[in-house]
Amino acid sequence: MSYYEPKDLADFPNITEWAQKEGNKFFEYYGAATGAGKLTEREKSLIALTVAITQNCPYCIDAYTTKCLSLGISSEEMMEAAHTGAAIMAGVTLAHSTQMRKIIKKKEM
Amino acid sequence: MDTSEQLRILGQIGDIPSLAEKIRETNMFPLCAKGIDILQINMGRCCNLSCRHCHVDAGPQRKEIMSRQVLEKCLEILSSFPISTIDITGGSPEMNPNLEWFIGEAAKLNRRLIIRTNLTLLLEEPYRHFMDVFAQNKVEIVTSLPDYLETKSDRQRGMGVFDKVIKALRELNLHGYGMKNSGLYIDIVHNPVGAYLPGLQAALENEYHKRLLIEQGVHFNQLFCITNLPVGRYLDYLIESGNFEDYLSALCHSFNPAAVRNVMCLIMLSVGWNGLLYDCDFNQMLDLTVNYDTPTSIMDFDMDKLKNREIVINNHCYGCVAGSGSSCQGATTTGD
Repeated sequence: MSYYEPKDLADFPNITEWAQKEGNKFFEYYGAATGAGKLTEREKSLIALTVAITQNCPYCIDAYTTKCLSLGISSEEMMEAAHTGAAIMAGVTLAHSTQMRKIIKKKEM
Repeated sequence: MDTSEQLRILGQIGDIPSLAEKIRETNMFPLCAKGIDILQINMGRCCNLSCRHCHVDAGPQRKEIMSRQVLEKCLEILSSFPISTIDITGGSPEMNPNLEWFIGEAAKLNRRLIIRTNLTLLLEEPYRHFMDVFAQNKVEIVTSLPDYLETKSDRQRGMGVFDKVIKALRELNLHGYGMKNSGLYIDIVHNPVGAYLPGLQAALENEYHKRLLIEQGVHFNQLFCITNLPVGRYLDYLIESGNFEDYLSALCHSFNPAAVRNVMCLIMLSVGWNGLLYDCDFNQMLDLTVNYDTPTSIMDFDMDKLKNREIVINNHCYGCVAGSGSSCQGATTTGD
């Protein structure tokens, strides 16, 4: 058995279980934040997919890859978004080396 | 795969409830027709293309062609009843030698006259003159272009098909089709190139208009998003690619009661090449004729029995009631 099973995605709406009020508020917020606004649904779906990939969430990767396909977003566009996410993750990592460099410079003779 | 095998597979969907059960939960079961407003006539299964998603399993090897006798009966019925839309489909309707005569006769009835064509034959003899025939008779054209990207579209329909469709669309634009105030309409069908549902029709229509105009110089009127139903070659694809269960599950989880209220079979009657009657073209390809004591052949047409007939449903019908809903005229709800 795998911890992550594709059919678990269908259980996502049930996360309101045992905390109905908070769960409902989350879904209300989720709907508002991911629906078309000043950004289009396409743009928001690419952002969501990129975050899902960088955060290694198999459920969100499944859901948003499928959604991007449904919206007519090409494989090339999705891969380009994945590279943007990868570059930012690399940047985040390297930016944090500033802390390392500061400490090295302070402590080394 | 023969129809009995297809129906057997559609009947074995594991934990997924049957569509009949889902509709019962909404108190809309059984579905009953509300009249006949569209007569959809399948002129035959012969086609110059063999698209991977085709529910008809159409292709050059198919020989089934609607006879003049059946078409004459269709005209007789159309003359006798106020059916507002005549919807001609196939295969490639152009490959039926009676098409030109039928369009001329049907146009005299002053109904909305639609033809579903893949357009590619219109670039070849002896079919080129159909562009003029369609325009002179104000026939609305509905054509398939599954994606605005050539590589993706051709993966479904065959190499070089996208290019031919674009060439035909440009020529039809010169005839006035898709141009403002011309009174000539050409609509495009989008259906997913794979095992997923179409997105919101309005958003995809905007994208198609933008991309086809900028990249191809093509104008069209509306985009119809049609969900692929698990029938015919598309069912083969779902099984071969290991997507059948996930796809059925996705359709079931996207079940939309509002789409049940607008499903096309409530106002449509479909005529097969041999005159048999069906609730839709998909039921036709599964040999599911109209049922429940209604006449199954157009030769025994009885409006009183057919207009409120109970609809024959099966699990493939999930495709018409998932998400924004799906019909031969595209989405059936706004999807909001």
